[in-house]
Amino acid sequence: MTTLTPESQVGRMVDNTVDRPGERAPLVLNMDTFTQVTATVCRVSEAEKAPLAWYIAFAGSLGLLGLLGICIGYLIVTGVGVWGLNNPVMWAYDITNFVFWVGIGHAGTLISAILFLFRQKWRTGINRFAEAMTIFAVICAGTFPGIHVGRVWFAYWLFPIPNQMEMWPQFRSPLLWDVFAVSTYFTVSLLFWYTGMVPDLATLRDRAKGKVQQLAYGLFALGWRGSNRHWHRYERAYLLLAALSTPLVLSVHSVVSFDFATSQLPGWHTTIFPPYFVAGAIFSGFAMVVTLAVPARELFGLKDLITLRHLDNMNKVILVTGCMVGYAYAMEFFIAWYSGAMYEKFAFINRAFGQYWWAYWIMVSCNVITPQLFWFKRIRTSIPIMFVLSIFVNVGMWFERFVIIVTSLANDFLPTSWDLFTPTWVDIGTMVGAFGLFFTLFLLFCRFLPMIAMAEVKAIMPQADPHGAGAGKHGHDHGHGHDKPRDGAHGHH
Amino acid sequence: MSRFLFPRWSNLLLPTIIVAGAVAPLYAIFFVAYGLSPKTLEVGYQPQQPVPFSHALHAGELGMDCRYCHTSVEKAAHASVPPTQTCMNCHTQVRPESPKLAKVKESYETGLPVEWVRVHKLPDFAYFDHSAHVNRGVGCVSCHGRIDTMEVVYQSSPLSMGWCLDCHRDPVDKLRPAGTITNLAFDPVTELSESERLSLKDKFHIAPSEDCSTCHR
Repeated sequence: MTTLTPESQVGRMVDNTVDRPGERAPLVLNMDTFTQVTATVCRVSEAEKAPLAWYIAFAGSLGLLGLLGICIGYLIVTGVGVWGLNNPVMWAYDITNFVFWVGIGHAGTLISAILFLFRQKWRTGINRFAEAMTIFAVICAGTFPGIHVGRVWFAYWLFPIPNQMEMWPQFRSPLLWDVFAVSTYFTVSLLFWYTGMVPDLATLRDRAKGKVQQLAYGLFALGWRGSNRHWHRYERAYLLLAALSTPLVLSVHSVVSFDFATSQLPGWHTTIFPPYFVAGAIFSGFAMVVTLAVPARELFGLKDLITLRHLDNMNKVILVTGCMVGYAYAMEFFIAWYSGAMYEKFAFINRAFGQYWWAYWIMVSCNVITPQLFWFKRIRTSIPIMFVLSIFVNVGMWFERFVIIVTSLANDFLPTSWDLFTPTWVDIGTMVGAFGLFFTLFLLFCRFLPMIAMAEVKAIMPQADPHGAGAGKHGHDHGHGHDKPRDGAHGHH
Repeated sequence: MSRFLFPRWSNLLLPTIIVAGAVAPLYAIFFVAYGLSPKTLEVGYQPQQPVPFSHALHAGELGMDCRYCHTSVEKAAHASVPPTQTCMNCHTQVRPESPKLAKVKESYETGLPVEWVRVHKLPDFAYFDHSAHVNRGVGCVSCHGRIDTMEVVYQSSPLSMGWCLDCHRDPVDKLRPAGTITNLAFDPVTELSESERLSLKDKFHIAPSEDCSTCHR
C-alpha cells in the first residue's frame, strides 16, 4: 500500500495530548512554516495518483452506489411493496436510515459552528472534512424520505407549492417541519462549507499545473486574491454563517424527533425526545468523524495536522454525549414506570425483553457501555481501539433508531394487529447502498478538495500571532516553544 | 504563476446569477401552479367524434332535454351515453338517408355500438356521482358549459381538484331550482336573488364535504 508520508513526519514526535500548566499544547506538529502546511494538504490533490487504498475503497464504494441505484430503480418501478413494510410496521429501514444519516451530519455543524463561536482552536484540523461529511450524510438522509413516499414523481408535494388541486402539506404536521428543517440544514451547511473553502480553493488554483485544474479550482475560488477586503468580508460571512448554523445543531434533530414525539404511540410519545435525539446525533456524528479521520490521516499523511489531541478531544465529546444518551435510555424507562401508564410500561419492557430484545441490547452495549471506555486516556489515544469503538457507536446508533421505530410500531395498542418486521433484500441493499453513496462522495472530496482548512490551521500556529512566542522564531521547535501563554485576549479555556 | 482569474466580462455574471436564482423558484412555482394545471392542459379538449352529431342542433335549436339521451343522470353516478336505438327513435323517420348517419345506421344493423370518444374524464381515484349533484340544484351547465351551442363537444371546465373544491367551498352561486337543472341558458346569479339561492341551499340541505374521503374513497 502506498501512502503519502512526508519527510517531516518521520522525525520528531511530540505528545500533544499532555496538558502542561501555563502552556498551550500545539495543535500542529512538526511544522515550522505555513508553506509546510500548504504542501502537506495540497499534496493529496496534487499527487499524480492517489494511494492504492483509495482506489480500492473507491471501487468498493462505487459498487455499493450501483447497488443503491438498482434498489431505488426497482423500488420506483415496482412500488414500496418491495420493502418489508406492512401493517402495522409502516416505517422501518427507510426512516431508520433517514434518522441515522441526519444524525451523522450533526457533528459537522457542531464542529464548524459551535466550536467556532467558542473559539475552540482544535476544530480547524477537522472542520473541513467534518462539514463535508455533514453534507454527504444529509444527501444520504434526504434520499430516504424522497423514495419512501411511494410515488416519487410526486415528491415535490412535500413542498408547499400552489397547485391546481388546492392541496397543501399539513402545516401542523412535524413531517412538513422536517422538510423545512432538513432542507434549511443542507443549504446552510453547504454554504458554510463552501464559504470556508474559498481561500483554500484559491491556494489550489495558484499551485495547479494543469489547465483543467486551474480553471476548475479558479471557477470555484470565485476570483479570491487574498486582499484585505476579501479577508474582511470572508471573516464576516463566516461568522454570520456560524451564528446561523448554531441553532440548527439543536433544531434539526429536535424536529426529526417531533416526527415521533407528537404521535400517540407508546415508545414515541415522549417529551425527552428532542434533547435525547440531539445528544444522540452529536454522539453518532463524532463517532463517524473518528471513523473517517483515522484512516484518512494515515492514508494521506495528515497526522501532523489531525493530531492525537484532536482525536482525544473528539473521543471526549463521544464520552459526554454517550453518557447523555445512556441517561436518556434510563430516563425513558423511569418515566415509563413513574407515569403509571400501562401501555408505556409495556412498550419499554417489550423493547428490552420482547421479540426485538437483541436489537435493544446491541444498542445498549454499543451506545452506553462502549463510550464508557473513553474514560481511560490510554483508550482515548489508541488509534486502533478508538477506530473499533467508533464503529461500535455507529452500529449502536443505527440500532437505536431501528429499536425506537420498529419496536414501537410492531406492538401498538391493538394486540390483534401486532406483527414483526422482516427486511427484504431491497431493504438491506438500500441501507448498504447508502454507505456507497456516502463514501463515494467522501472519497471524491478527499481526492480533489482541500481536506483540511489550510488558512484556518495556519491561523492557530504560533507564527500567526504577532505578539506570541512564535513570532520571529521560524525554525524553532514548537514542542517547547511557548514560554508564556499566547493570545490572552481570546480567553481560551 | 499562472492562475485563473475571472475576466472582466464575468462581472455581469453575478447579477445574472442572482436574478436567475431568484426567478428560478418563482418559475418553478408558476410552472406547477399554471403550466401543469388542467386549466392549461385539459380545457378545450375537443376530440373528433365518429359521427358528426351536433349538440348545438339537438339540444340548442331543437330544444331537446339533456335527459332524453343521457337517461341515467338523475338516478346513477354515471350519465349514460345513449345507445344507437335512442338515435333511431327519430332517425328512422327524420332524414333517414343522410350520409352523416351512415355510422349510426351501420351500428343499428350490426348491433355494435358507435365508438364515441369520451370528452369528460375523471381519474379512477376520484369518485363522482351525477345524481347527487343534479338532484340537488347543480345544473349540467355548471360543469359542462353551454353544450347547447357546441357543434362538437369540448371540455369547458378544468375538472381539476381545485376546481371541484371551489364549488364545494362556496356552492351558493351554482344552485338553481329543480326545474332548471337542464336549462343551460339559466344563470342563477342573474335570475335569482341571493336570498333565493341561500334558501335553495337550505332546501337541498347543501353542506358539501371537503374531506379527502368524499371523493377519494
